[in-house]
Amino acid sequence: MSAVSKSPWVLHYDASSCNGCDIEVLAALTPLYDVERFGIINTGNPKHADVFLITGSVNELQVPIIRQLYEQMLEPKVVVACGICACTGGVFKECYNTLGGVDVAIPVDVYAPGCAVRPETIIDAVVAGLGVLEEKSALLKKGELVSPEMPPLPSAADKMVQGERVSDTWKNNIAAAGEAPLASVAATSSTEEQ
Amino acid sequence: MADRTVIPFGPQHPVLPEPVHLDLVIEDEKVIEAIPQVGFIHRGLEKLVEKRDYKSFVYITERICGICAFGHSLGYSETIEALMAVEVPPRALFLRVIWHELSRIHSHLLWMGCLADGFGYENLFMQCWRLRERVLDIFERTTGGRVIFSAVNVGGVNHDISNEDLRGIVTILEDMKDEYQVLLKTFLLDKSVLSRLKGVGVLTKEKAVEYGVVGPFVRASGIPDDIRNFGYGGYGYLEDFEPVVSDDCDGHARCMVRAREVLQSIDIIKEMVSKIPDGEIMTKVKGSPADGSKAVSRLEQPRGESFYYAKGNGTKFLERFRIRTPTSINIPGMVFALQGCDLADVPLNILTIDPCISCTER
Ligand code: SF4
Repeated sequence: MSAVSKSPWVLHYDASSCNGCDIEVLAALTPLYDVERFGIINTGNPKHADVFLITGSVNELQVPIIRQLYEQMLEPKVVVACGICACTGGVFKECYNTLGGVDVAIPVDVYAPGCAVRPETIIDAVVAGLGVLEEKSALLKKGELVSPEMPPLPSAADKMVQGERVSDTWKNNIAAAGEAPLASVAATSSTEEQ
Repeated sequence: MADRTVIPFGPQHPVLPEPVHLDLVIEDEKVIEAIPQVGFIHRGLEKLVEKRDYKSFVYITERICGICAFGHSLGYSETIEALMAVEVPPRALFLRVIWHELSRIHSHLLWMGCLADGFGYENLFMQCWRLRERVLDIFERTTGGRVIFSAVNVGGVNHDISNEDLRGIVTILEDMKDEYQVLLKTFLLDKSVLSRLKGVGVLTKEKAVEYGVVGPFVRASGIPDDIRNFGYGGYGYLEDFEPVVSDDCDGHARCMVRAREVLQSIDIIKEMVSKIPDGEIMTKVKGSPADGSKAVSRLEQPRGESFYYAKGNGTKFLERFRIRTPTSINIPGMVFALQGCDLADVPLNILTIDPCISCTER
């Protein structure tokens, strides 16, 4: 076991959660489970962190911030998506300002479901994350660690609604309308909705 | 004149559990102006009423904010009940008050812990959170959930608590009270607490009225503004209700108001348990809100007054649902209180209004 997985430091960020998951992340750190006795310490500085606990779904304003935090963390690093919002978008999936889970912005290693995610699940996820951390640090030592590819930069137009991309719907609408001016495209789409 | 500098504060900051961004205009070490930027947690929940029917939307309102989850679902249910003229059984009203006050205890203890963490008193932070776990245990025992527990529904409550369990809750709270007094003494008298909070972020009575702030923020400026005074829902059954007020107008006063409200909540729960009637807990709600019907309701959340508005359109989907949450009203007051404070006091100033950004932005 390498030093890093004996005392992983965590960074917590609220991507656009309802707080439910955030207070559970903190509950895991405070006397309920007191994970600090295992060396898991909450830090506010991404440069010191090994595990990135991220809660909540992602909106367009958050994407650059999350990416910045992720890029500031040094390898090896693990991203844990806490809560069903962070995994898939959860209850907020159909909201107009939600792009989806955290994996639309950065690569995620471990998913911890639950709404709100229970502290036990978070601890399990971090422990699973330590395995990943271990693998990554072994690769890093051999000089073979390849950073995972970033997902393509999402935008609100890429949002999935009922299994279909909003931008695709628009493209189809435009194709259906031929090379018609925009006004008529808007008209067709609104009649389709009704 | 010294040069002015702009220091960005947030969205990711160790004292902030939630993302909010402030541009602090600094001259020497003094804050001249604070320019807030919000929108990091905006999800667009109000519009979701068009996709969820009015009964399942209760679960969405709970997820507006995980700390005041119970209050939001309660406010929403009360609004829909007013919209459809539903009579709620008295036992359900009592149970709602009990859970709501428990949520207040949990929220205030959480906040006191975060504040202690904000000024670097790690031990106090841990103690507050340890005590708070007892309340969460009560939630878990009575509903199965820890922070989001779906207890309210339109027409009543989903779970009943047996009278024996209710007495058990009172015993737990009584035990908690003794330990809580020790914490209270620390917040009241400890030198390091006082030196960080006394005289920080003063908002005078006149300014509090001018900015229209709500909740413990305004009560700490000497104005007894508390919606529970109006006796909505089960609060009407209370013998007497006197809001907790302080005249000191600073950060420490806000801390004390919240700290004393915890004791007040314990008393309210005790009174409610001693008076609770037996009977039904749920009225069956049929049909949908009539076309054009409108209703509003107000509620005292742990952070202050919340306002709910709903409009029906004859289908099971609402036409419009709107919330005005306490923090969105308190932010102008906070920005005012920040002016002229030391840079080192900025985090404490922000914390003492107990901002809940996910309520504000929804
Ligand atoms: S998973 Fe549930 S509790 Fe967690 S942020 Fe999402 S809605 Fe809130």
